[in-house]
Amino acid sequence: MTRIDPDAIRRGDRLALSRALTAIESNDPAGQAALAALFPETGKAHLVGVTGSPGTGKSTLVNQLARYFRQNQSPKPPKVGIIAVDPSSPFTGGALLGDRIRMQDLIGDPEIFIRSMASRGALGGLSHSTAAFATLMDGAGYDLIFIETVGAGQAEVDIAQLAHTVIVVEAPGLGDDIQAIKAGILEIADILAVNKADLPGSENAARALRMMLEMAHGKGSLPAAGKHLRSGSPIGQEVTQSLDQGWDPPVQLVTATEGDGIPELAEAIQSHQAYLQSTGLWQAKEAFRLQKDLEALVRDTLMEHWREQVDEDRFAEVLTDLVHHKLSPAEALQLLL
Amino acid sequence: MTDRKIRVLIAKPGLDGHDRGAKVVARALRDAGMEVIYTGLRQTPEMIAEAALQEDVDVVGMSILSGAHNALVPAVIDKLAEYGLDGVKVFVGGIIPEDDVPGLMEKGVYAVYGPGTDTQIVAEEIKAALSQSAN
Repeated sequence: MTRIDPDAIRRGDRLALSRALTAIESNDPAGQAALAALFPETGKAHLVGVTGSPGTGKSTLVNQLARYFRQNQSPKPPKVGIIAVDPSSPFTGGALLGDRIRMQDLIGDPEIFIRSMASRGALGGLSHSTAAFATLMDGAGYDLIFIETVGAGQAEVDIAQLAHTVIVVEAPGLGDDIQAIKAGILEIADILAVNKADLPGSENAARALRMMLEMAHGKGSLPAAGKHLRSGSPIGQEVTQSLDQGWDPPVQLVTATEGDGIPELAEAIQSHQAYLQSTGLWQAKEAFRLQKDLEALVRDTLMEHWREQVDEDRFAEVLTDLVHHKLSPAEALQLLL
Repeated sequence: MTDRKIRVLIAKPGLDGHDRGAKVVARALRDAGMEVIYTGLRQTPEMIAEAALQEDVDVVGMSILSGAHNALVPAVIDKLAEYGLDGVKVFVGGIIPEDDVPGLMEKGVYAVYGPGTDTQIVAEEIKAALSQSAN
């Protein structure tokens, strides 16, 4: 087991942070110990998720946003953390992590920390350790943390649970207006960015998205930012219902390679943060996420306990009956618990 | 139970723009189950050390076809040490004259690969270099 000094992370020792991230990702107990030491000081960072299909320009956009926040926010620019998730191969477990290629501008600024991570079998666009990564960076004093998802597309909604603000990145030419009214990824957007606005069709893409949003956010509907705080969470429900004023997700055209539209997008991120804080949704989101994290932890731990206790032969027997359709899954469960 | 994956940074220092070799190696190491971070062309030694630090890699592989290896490789190794990354293993690939190999090895490189190297060997020797340092 490695030893990680939480004070070093607090002091801004980047190697200590980097090693703590590895420990978390490798299930090394030293990682959880460091996280536990820092946890009381966390909960301050603004987590901004960036999701969208492959090739829409998420990495380039994050690069530009990070640079913008570092250069244009006076007097004290935020420390920026970036977590970039790319897929792991389901066959070999290996991964090629290439998001840094688009973020070369940011190297050399000691107040920006970029970490690539492989999804390691998790679905939903993140890795199991992404939330813990964000918490560690928060504990290390990063004020603004961008989380770039795998980019697998429509089912990538885990980011809505983790991030305070979700930017969904679209690009022209990826589909017709029916794509825009399908359920899933667009519903989680707090801000929509239509990237590659210099290409033909970008205005059409933006118009289709605006139309979709108008349909979804007619008068009396729940605000978008609170919609995914489902009834599972008593706190979330209360807040969403008590809100009289909602958030209308803006649609922003950007050309990330040129930096066009970046100031407006940065402003939208800040207005969304102000909106969350003034309505109490910030705390509600935090509470909802921590509840879900705890539930997942309980699920994993119970599963592990059960695995340790279950009789191997009995398990094999029941499994055989299940495979031969002599038992239904529910009946098998009764026999094993 | 700890489950630590081998993390490798594939870097292209210097000014040559031929990255096919780097990509072939990156792909092969991915297929060997490693997590490979590729950072693109024209990296300075400082950028390479920065990326190695932030990504907490076990190995840095450099691809150099410009002939500047005798200057670039020691510069990267010194930067890594300056960042506290002495434990990171370094290999070099590309067009490296045989006469220059001993000097690079002396500087701390554990292997130098020329054109036509079987990529499986690159993967195996990474594992060997890491298990050696673990003992």
